[in-house]
Amino acid sequence: MFDRYLIGENGFRNVVEDGKITGFQLEVRIGYYRGLGLSMVEGFEVTVDGRQFPREQNVFTVRGRPFTHQQMETEYDERWEMGEVAQLTVPLTGGLAAGSHDVALVEFLRVSYVPFITTAKDRKTLLLES
Amino acid sequence: MSRIKRGVSLYSFQEEFYLRKLSLEQCVAVSASMGAHGIETLAEQMMPGYPKLSDAFYQQWHEWMRIYGTTPTCHDAFLDTKRYKDRLLTLDEQVVEVTRDIKHAARLGAKCIRMLVICPPELMERCAPIAADHGIWLGVEVHSPWSIEHEWIQKHLEVAYRVGTDKLGLIPDMGIFVERFPRIVYQRSLRNGAHQNLVRMIVERYDSHEGVHGLMEEVEKLGGNSEDIGLARTVGHFVSGDPKKLRDVIGAVRHIHGKFYEMTEDNREYSIPYNVIVPVLAEAGYDGYISSEYEGNRHLQDAFPVDSVEQVRRHQRMLSKLIGEQE
Repeated sequence: MFDRYLIGENGFRNVVEDGKITGFQLEVRIGYYRGLGLSMVEGFEVTVDGRQFPREQNVFTVRGRPFTHQQMETEYDERWEMGEVAQLTVPLTGGLAAGSHDVALVEFLRVSYVPFITTAKDRKTLLLES
Repeated sequence: MSRIKRGVSLYSFQEEFYLRKLSLEQCVAVSASMGAHGIETLAEQMMPGYPKLSDAFYQQWHEWMRIYGTTPTCHDAFLDTKRYKDRLLTLDEQVVEVTRDIKHAARLGAKCIRMLVICPPELMERCAPIAADHGIWLGVEVHSPWSIEHEWIQKHLEVAYRVGTDKLGLIPDMGIFVERFPRIVYQRSLRNGAHQNLVRMIVERYDSHEGVHGLMEEVEKLGGNSEDIGLARTVGHFVSGDPKKLRDVIGAVRHIHGKFYEMTEDNREYSIPYNVIVPVLAEAGYDGYISSEYEGNRHLQDAFPVDSVEQVRRHQRMLSKLIGEQE
């Protein structure tokens, strides 16, 4: 559901902290027809040019508030609303090389009336913003 | 002319809302422009921040209802029984959740709440007096793959009749009357690489109403790929009930979901026989809303632009005609 909209066309860039590139960031939207409390968002698997990044290390930022994978698990107030753009930061020393990348995303959502973990998938070619 | 009223579930416009092409107010306005004056809402879809909505929001909401001449009909509640990773919500916690939904529905000015079909009958019974105190009726959605005759729904009916159908009942979703398998669903399978011959076999089996038990295994043996097998699984989630069954339960029905997948250019639903359903409801004396609920977007959005507004407009035209409204 909404799979083709999960990865944002914009906002794909390296992340700089204290003058060093520590990772990269992409924009994400929820693969579901309603918003969910963060405790029910079981994370994101990001694959860039065939290299998979573990979901436990991503940082999810919604309305400017960052959450680690672990923090999300016990976050019962903050929600990720339907269609709302959030940022996903993936740690990678030195970041990604300039140019286009093949970016794949899998979202894992724990929806109460579904007997299994729902997955939503998108894949896009994105140009790294400088 | 029957006394059936026309409404829209804003669920119908999820594609446009998701993409920020329509706001909540615009969804209300466009419904009103079609003569669909009953507005059904999903707070968790279009009211960001729920359950913590401000007084200003509710004021704005009532202002919109006044401006557009619309009436709030139903609040669609969810129930996050799996909020905690390691355990399910207890029944007491579920009652707290539903109480929150009841208060919200009352503040919207809605008359009823759509309860998910997974809600246990005990929860309905516990919540009935709380809802009644707020002037809210609770209806369990009869949604595929369940059907009216299903034991689970019958249990809910028993509770409703015992507690009072002025407090509890059913909200049948017209997706329990899928006579012909929606083509937008299997066309997507074909786009994704399903085999033409296997798709034909699966759809013919569904349309024959002879049951689809064992179909997945059969498709697998015939060399079906994951798309073929997936479609064989999907048809098992659709239900082709007899609309006349609505007569048996109409006393417990105060709201109806007018689910639809595809309205054709001549204002017909491709798969659901509304021309049979609406007369059954009219003859049974149903005088509540039929709330148009479009669910085609998810089957089209991978390859086509979605126009939910046009789809709902056609559904409303069809309802208007079947209800017998004056031109």
